[in-house]
Amino acid sequence: MVNNRFPKLPYVLLLLGIVCLAAGSYLGLFVAPPEHFMGDVQRIMYVHVPTAWNAMLAMTFALVCALLYLFTSDWKWDARMEGGIEVGVLLAFLLCCQGAIWAKPTWGVWWDWDPRLTTTAVLLFAFLGILALRRFVDDPVKRAVWSSVATIIAYVDVPIVYFSVKWWNSLHQAQSSPATVSKSFHLPLRLNAFGILFVMTAFIMLRARIASLRLEQELAPPPVLDGAMGELA
Amino acid sequence: MGALRKELLLQWRTRAHAMAAFIFGATSLLLFSFAIGPNAEALRTFSAGFLWLGLLLSSTLTLADSFHAETENRALEGLLLAGADPRSIYYGKAVANWLQLAALGVALTPVMVVLYDAGTTRLPMLLLVILLGTAGISAPGTLYAGMTSQLRARQTLLPLLLFPLIVPVLLAAVKATALTILGDPMRQLESWLFLLVAFNAIYWSLCGLLFGKVVEE
Repeated sequence: MVNNRFPKLPYVLLLLGIVCLAAGSYLGLFVAPPEHFMGDVQRIMYVHVPTAWNAMLAMTFALVCALLYLFTSDWKWDARMEGGIEVGVLLAFLLCCQGAIWAKPTWGVWWDWDPRLTTTAVLLFAFLGILALRRFVDDPVKRAVWSSVATIIAYVDVPIVYFSVKWWNSLHQAQSSPATVSKSFHLPLRLNAFGILFVMTAFIMLRARIASLRLEQELAPPPVLDGAMGELA
Repeated sequence: MGALRKELLLQWRTRAHAMAAFIFGATSLLLFSFAIGPNAEALRTFSAGFLWLGLLLSSTLTLADSFHAETENRALEGLLLAGADPRSIYYGKAVANWLQLAALGVALTPVMVVLYDAGTTRLPMLLLVILLGTAGISAPGTLYAGMTSQLRARQTLLPLLLFPLIVPVLLAAVKATALTILGDPMRQLESWLFLLVAFNAIYWSLCGLLFGKVVEE
């Protein structure tokens, strides 16, 4: 059951990702010019924006796995979903922290009820709830189905939360429009985006591998019933 | 329809539970005012938020109870084996929970009016907001209650899963209630009602589809 066709691939991706992140961060921190209005504070964008893209990507990957599990009942999608959700939660948490670090010098507060920030926080708690659910369900079939269902429900909620917070907040203040990004900012942004993408993919692959090993152990037939239960695993 | 009748009958027979949920909600409304202090103006401003938070907190009691009869003696499996359609079980329960939550909301409104001096003459509009908001809590709440009722940690997991999900309902319901009570000079009420209707349309259909998967395994 454990997919081990390319056992070295995650480590290659991890290395590649670290190289990209190091190069992108060097360019972003020392080479790219400081932004006109915000100065050096803006440099957090080189890691913040790629984190946001990849967090959405990881959650979307979890949704795809959830749908595929419900349609195929193939265990590998359950293991991949677990990897996707966990890495997505980690990235969403980092995103909230980076947002707060950026907001303090820029807006003067740690937290702002900006639609993107608030949606990320809601998303983080929704998916943390799914991880908690997975911990409490002992039956692997129920755990896989229920967390797939919960993932679909939570994912559908994301655009609704976004628009509701946007309407809610627009009553207080106008949305700040994202400044157009100049050419010299592109390279570090892209390098970091690919860096995080590679690291994230490696983490998801490794995490899914652990999850399927665990599943294999859970689904293994008790020694007495060996013949009768064999086809389950 | 049969499923709904069964649920309503069950709720009537366990009306002590509904009473307990109401007392819990009223107590939390009383407690919220201690967080603000005896400032009549502030209390009135935040009254809508307090009403919906009280309703949300007591809804976890109502929802967690709603699968009690089915988990005892594994009656849910019995119902499914007897050929009951999981979708009608879900809609029966969800509508029953909705009606109970709406009744709870209507019962808590006078408490809010008395405690926070938040009266309004637009009662039909307030009723509509309560109906739409509680429907939004009930649709995903019933599905998650069905899942968590079979677990050891159901009291913790239900709010953990439900609360982040219904942030849009809470936002829209609080805003719509506040606009109803405090006045709506900029005619924003319609857009919040629209949001509630959209949320309900999505989750009443999606959860009905997914409930079969939850109980069939």
